[in-house]
Amino acid sequence: MTWEVVMGLEVHLQLATRSKIFSGSSTQFGASPNVQADAVDLGMPGMLPVLNEEAVRFAVKFGLGIGARIGKRSIFDRKNYFYPDLPKGYQISQFFDPIVCEGVFEVPSSDGSLLPIRITRAHLEEDAGKSVHDIFSQESGIDLNRAGTPLLEIVTEPDFRNADQAVAYLKALHSLVTYLGISDGNMAEGSMRCDINISLREKGSETLGTRAEIKNVNSFRFVERAIHREVERQADILDSGGTITQETRLYDAERDETRSMRSKEVANDYRYFPEPDLLPIEIDQAYIDAVRDSLPELPAAKRARLVSEYQLGEYDAALLVPDHAAAAFFEEVARLSGAAKPAANWILGDLTGALNRADLTIEASPISAEALAGLIVRIEDGTLSSKLAKQVFEGLWQAEGTTDEIIAARGLKQVSDAGELEKWVDDVISANPNQLAQYLAADETKRKKLSGFFVGQIMKASQGQANPKLLNELLIKKLNNQS
Amino acid sequence: MIDSALLNASVSELHQLLTTRQVSSAELTKGYLERIDLLNGKLNAVVTVCAEQAIEDASRADERLTRGEGNILTGIPLLHKDIFCTQGVTTTCGSRMLEHFVPAYDATVVARLKAAGVVMLGKCNMDEFAMGSSNETSFFGAVKNPWDTNCVPGGSSGGSAAALAAGMAPLVTGTDTGGSIRQPASLCGVTGLKPTYGRVSRLGIIAFASSLDQAGPMARSAADCAHMLTAISGLDTGDSTSADRAVPDFFSELTGDISGLRIGMPREYFNDDLDSEVRAQVMSALTELEKAGAQLVDIDLPHSHYAIATYYVLAPAEASANLARYDGVRFGYRCTDPADLEDLYFRSRSEGFGEEVQRRILVGTYALSAGFYDAYFNKAQQVRRVISDDFRSAFQSVDIIAGPSAPGVAFPFGAKQQDPVAMYMEDIYTLAVNLAGLPGLSTPAGLVNGMPVGLQLIGKPFDESTILNAAHRLQLDTDWHRARPAIEDHVA
Repeated sequence: MTWEVVMGLEVHLQLATRSKIFSGSSTQFGASPNVQADAVDLGMPGMLPVLNEEAVRFAVKFGLGIGARIGKRSIFDRKNYFYPDLPKGYQISQFFDPIVCEGVFEVPSSDGSLLPIRITRAHLEEDAGKSVHDIFSQESGIDLNRAGTPLLEIVTEPDFRNADQAVAYLKALHSLVTYLGISDGNMAEGSMRCDINISLREKGSETLGTRAEIKNVNSFRFVERAIHREVERQADILDSGGTITQETRLYDAERDETRSMRSKEVANDYRYFPEPDLLPIEIDQAYIDAVRDSLPELPAAKRARLVSEYQLGEYDAALLVPDHAAAAFFEEVARLSGAAKPAANWILGDLTGALNRADLTIEASPISAEALAGLIVRIEDGTLSSKLAKQVFEGLWQAEGTTDEIIAARGLKQVSDAGELEKWVDDVISANPNQLAQYLAADETKRKKLSGFFVGQIMKASQGQANPKLLNELLIKKLNNQS
Repeated sequence: MIDSALLNASVSELHQLLTTRQVSSAELTKGYLERIDLLNGKLNAVVTVCAEQAIEDASRADERLTRGEGNILTGIPLLHKDIFCTQGVTTTCGSRMLEHFVPAYDATVVARLKAAGVVMLGKCNMDEFAMGSSNETSFFGAVKNPWDTNCVPGGSSGGSAAALAAGMAPLVTGTDTGGSIRQPASLCGVTGLKPTYGRVSRLGIIAFASSLDQAGPMARSAADCAHMLTAISGLDTGDSTSADRAVPDFFSELTGDISGLRIGMPREYFNDDLDSEVRAQVMSALTELEKAGAQLVDIDLPHSHYAIATYYVLAPAEASANLARYDGVRFGYRCTDPADLEDLYFRSRSEGFGEEVQRRILVGTYALSAGFYDAYFNKAQQVRRVISDDFRSAFQSVDIIAGPSAPGVAFPFGAKQQDPVAMYMEDIYTLAVNLAGLPGLSTPAGLVNGMPVGLQLIGKPFDESTILNAAHRLQLDTDWHRARPAIEDHVA
């Protein structure tokens, strides 16, 4: 049987507000347990939530960023369940009337086409705390630092047909929210957590199969692998005539498999009802317009502009744009050097390579945009060959100074002077009679290959400073005149 | 022992005595503390006495007064209902669940009164989590009515009402979710006001039903209530439902002039459910107001009879969520040796909550359950709007609405405890006011068989002034609010 995969995603996005959604506590990651939990976060008797306006603005930014309809009157609801890390015994969420309503998010796929993903809704809610099981021997600990951190839960329609699409969506979402400045999107720290609803159906069928939900997958790679494993699992069951149980599953990365967490049949009845401690969020057109005016250039627009303004290829633009900082770095280098294409090449090539090896983000790059532009200027004006440029790049990375200082200190200026070049060529030819004889005996195609030996020797002698283009011309002329 | 002149003095008179230094706050405070000491064994109205702190606060108030500073409430002693969180002072909410709970913060009401220089004497007993109309559900034992210690004081602010009636404090705070200020005020013969929803901040008040809860003053007169209401009212950014409305000086609005005031009498409040002797007393009070220039107008509140059913879906539903935090994990009662997490939850809550609280949690949980939500919670929300609309249309033709505060006088202990619905009927005239978010007060209207009766006055939203003024007029023209139980005779 050929199965079609049908998936919808729910992403829990931590909003990068300074304080929590209903209290004044800090949302900083990594503090000691429970130091960032006040009486509201602890659910102490008599405490009341007060809505953080910044969380509302971030949610509206997101809605406008994906072109969704903004709920003019959205309401908080209580979602009731008992859990030790849920201090009030209910989570304040939005069930009936979310702040972001339907929209379509255009996800760029690797072939450059756009994949429209329908967004069902996105709603504000508070995060729960964390249960800690590995500190005390007989008891569990509870850390409520995270309790009350604002989350935007973004729900899609079942529009995904394979893992690549799901990952492309998550990457595009990550890019969008970092552009909007509403989240750091850090999956490893839990700022972006993904639930995947997966079902299979016979190819051509219109009805949906029974789905399983894989909870809390926290990296792009795990999303891809979890989907593959789950699709295999469901296909095996269906192929052997079995049925899928509707349930919640976990992806275990170590064993690379999904496994059952709890069955939906015994799942909680959350008994949602409107939160009486908070007023409805009323959003008028003026507010929406003001937020819209404050939106930065978003990834899709930036991609188009990099292509038209800098004549970059679609491929380079697609690589530069997702990381807001990389795109900004590129524009800065391009502006300062006046050479966009080399700027893109250096950033996507040597700089990205060096950053990856050092495990640094571009924000932490030891080479500033200004420094890299200085290097490109010296290549463009012929001072540096590409070979010398790599040495200067090395010097810049080691913080040896500006490009010009490194050229001076390391003596890396490209030599184009005919007299000096001629001396190097003559010395090398006369020092290598055997290779010269071979060269002279060879035919045209072989000669080309053998000339490389002389170039290498001359570069060595000149410590890489010989202008390669002029050197090559001079060398061939000299060799061919030797007979 | 505090002399009877001081004991019966109004806030204005006490203020006069304090500012002229004829009496000090410390003397006043000690006098009331002695009285609590003398009477509380009999009444069980006060669960925590803060003697040392009170005397210290009184001295500080005296310093302010000596410097010519302070305001109308500076140096005046007061008791808080034990539902208000008080920093460093045990706050039990009448429950075993919070028997040892000491908040690290003051409720806004407490903080505002503290800032005004009021001296807190202690905390008053109450029905557990404010769920009850007789004060029999308190984990700390029932409060006795000072008019007859075989009878209940009403509830849930029964400790507050009894303490006030017995002269343990000149001012007390209460909260009212369905009648919890007005019904005990009625049964104990004192004045109690439930303000408009949003008038007084709920921050730091232990929640029962968030959309209905409202704190208010209880005192010996409408004028004294007005003083306290001015001090506790007003926007609090810590409570999103608190109203951004100007707060008048409620005392200065008491002109005593009610000529032309149109008072609506709902036919539904004066039907056969009402005890005939209580009705006679309520009518004589209304006749007094008529004599003072008011007009009595018959009106209809056609959906009144749905109020109890509506209330007993919505309030328990909200309570079921509000009380979920008492799970034995972070604070409050925890059972001994829990076998696992579920056992911890089950036993902590079964042992920590009393029967009535558990009943309401179960009712509320049921009403919100999948498949029942529309039939119960949603329907009740709709009826709530209809009940509000009844009042809105009635207020087209009248300025205030009047009726009884309770269907009868104080009843003996145990009389209604085995029959929850009979107990719920105690609030038949008060619940709708909470559902509609309106201000309402109860003012004494004489005695039936030696027990107090209350007249309830209901106002338009944020128009506490008009009902306070009408009660003030009645208190100028009658002595009902001056009647005192002979509790000392019982003690002696």
